[in-house]
Amino acid sequence: MEKTFRIIDEDGIHARPATALVNTANKFKDSEAFAEAKGKKVTLKSILGVLSLGLEKGDSITLTATGGSEAEVIQALSDVMINEGLGEVE
Amino acid sequence: MIKIEGIAASAGVAIAPAFKLEHPDLTVQQRSVSDVAAEVAKLNAALDKSKAELEAIKERTLQELGAKKAEIFEAHLLILNDPELISPVEDMIRNEMVNAEYALNETANQFIAMFENMKSAYLQERAADMKDVTKRVLIHLLGLNYVNPAEISEEVVVIAEDLTPSDTAQLNRKYVKGFTTNIGGRTSHSAIMARSLEIPAVVGTKEVLAKVNNGDLVIVDGLDGKVIINPTEELVADYRNKQEKYQLQIEEWRKLRDQATVSSDGVHVELAANIGTPNDVPGVIDNGGEAVGLYRTEFLYMGRDKLPTEEIQFNAYKTVLEKMEGKPVVVRTLDIGGDKELPYLDLPKEMNPFLGFRAVRLCLDRTDIFRTQLRALLRASVYGNLRIMFPMIATLDEFRQAKALLLEEKDKLAAEGIEVSDEIQLGIMVEIPSTAIIADQFAKEVDFFSIGTNDLIQYTMAADRMNERVSYLYQPYNPAILRLVKMVIDAAHKEGKWAGMCGEMAGDPTAIPLLLGLGLDEFSMSATSILPARSQISKLSKADMAELAAKALTMQTAAQVVELVKSIDA
Repeated sequence: MEKTFRIIDEDGIHARPATALVNTANKFKDSEAFAEAKGKKVTLKSILGVLSLGLEKGDSITLTATGGSEAEVIQALSDVMINEGLGEVE
Repeated sequence: MIKIEGIAASAGVAIAPAFKLEHPDLTVQQRSVSDVAAEVAKLNAALDKSKAELEAIKERTLQELGAKKAEIFEAHLLILNDPELISPVEDMIRNEMVNAEYALNETANQFIAMFENMKSAYLQERAADMKDVTKRVLIHLLGLNYVNPAEISEEVVVIAEDLTPSDTAQLNRKYVKGFTTNIGGRTSHSAIMARSLEIPAVVGTKEVLAKVNNGDLVIVDGLDGKVIINPTEELVADYRNKQEKYQLQIEEWRKLRDQATVSSDGVHVELAANIGTPNDVPGVIDNGGEAVGLYRTEFLYMGRDKLPTEEIQFNAYKTVLEKMEGKPVVVRTLDIGGDKELPYLDLPKEMNPFLGFRAVRLCLDRTDIFRTQLRALLRASVYGNLRIMFPMIATLDEFRQAKALLLEEKDKLAAEGIEVSDEIQLGIMVEIPSTAIIADQFAKEVDFFSIGTNDLIQYTMAADRMNERVSYLYQPYNPAILRLVKMVIDAAHKEGKWAGMCGEMAGDPTAIPLLLGLGLDEFSMSATSILPARSQISKLSKADMAELAAKALTMQTAAQVVELVKSIDA
């Protein structure tokens, strides 16, 4: 499962939405979630990993998930991206 | 007992035991360890303590300051739970058999370096979060006896070299009754925070930290800029009185919030506020401001890497005008150059920045910058009561040129079918003696004057107030200054125009009786000075103050003028 977004927030992925993404990924113990951008892939269970992508407005980010609830994980993460005004589906 | 003089940064009186906020020595040494399991256990214990602290701070911040302020601590908690941080630290302890604090410090520094090298300024600042979190854990690992300011749970006066934004954000108003710092001035970060938290504060004491021990009883007199360590019982009683009186006075002042400012003999003057950003407007309203007397537009130009667009400016001006709901807003056009730098303009260094290429001089040269600002202002004018003011005007010619550019932009907008208000008043800031001297000629062409005393005094006395060796010449009450102020006010009134003042002098309780007597129509000051000034003016008779001012103009020294003003109360 994967879904790609374009970052629309002026500040890029900043601490608040990164916190929300990581908290959401952490809820699913049976699945792993990753973010891929600029040729780099990080686990979404790490706030430092997410921030280390250095995502700015206009960048693309692809969310992927593996494991038992992968569809749910992607749905929950998409909700965060959209509700936080962080990105839009590409 | 020790008395120390400082700068009164936030009004009020605090009496409480001292809490010295000194940042601990976090120097980390590399050591070899043999019991790796014990070292990992030490790491986990330190992490658990840190998390418990953060949970508590987060909870309290949530209760007292709301979700937005608590988010930062939520992010800190996530960092401490982050496998990308914790696993490498554990691996390093195991593989290299080194001490936990060294492993943590090394790993954290890699993340700090990563953030510091990021392109986005926002992400660069995240290095500060990483440092904060690392520091918290290191304190436990090093077994230091350090109390974080956020964990203060008894009434104290905080004493520090200076307070960082993160320190001040963590101060709990319930327990921190006041603070005092060695460094800083009235406009330093900590002073501004103290005023917004309404905590009494004295800054710039130079020596307070060295003179006080934890637990010493301390009085912080934010009204007169004094700090007293281990006061006598008698003095404590005096200050308790002063504290109560001040509380009562604040309650009295609050009653004046929605009233006009009228002298005891029925003359109305306007009390306005100086602001820097649209965010300052609620403070103006809350403190009963009748207008914005000076909106400094420099902040729009600072802290970015290129000129602000017309749209960015338009939105800021519109917001201020709308929030003021039809009350007058005097916007000062760009006052930059000389000592106030804008790196992206690439201006040459000058020998005498104060006498140099700045403010309206720069705008009349870089008309591209100026026209953009004028267009944004004109477009915003329909959203409220706009007044435009040009800074640093030295000659009539400069005013005429600036006005011509404004009219050109107005015509262009009209041609584009964009609506512009017809009621915009056009004024100048009087801060150069030449302008004050021919104020009679200016008064025929401008709609108003606003006297900028900070510069007018420096230029008249030829003394830089920041230069300690000559700052004694910065004399607001010098008869020379008062005579210039009178010339400007009289010239305005002769032509049926109004005269205001937007320098620090306008909010100064010693100057207010004189300025009222000289006939000043508008006083623009920091928002928190408005209610005290309103209260003061309501007790003064303008007719009596006119006599007082006339006498002051004949005095020979500033000291004599001050003595004369003080005699009103006696």
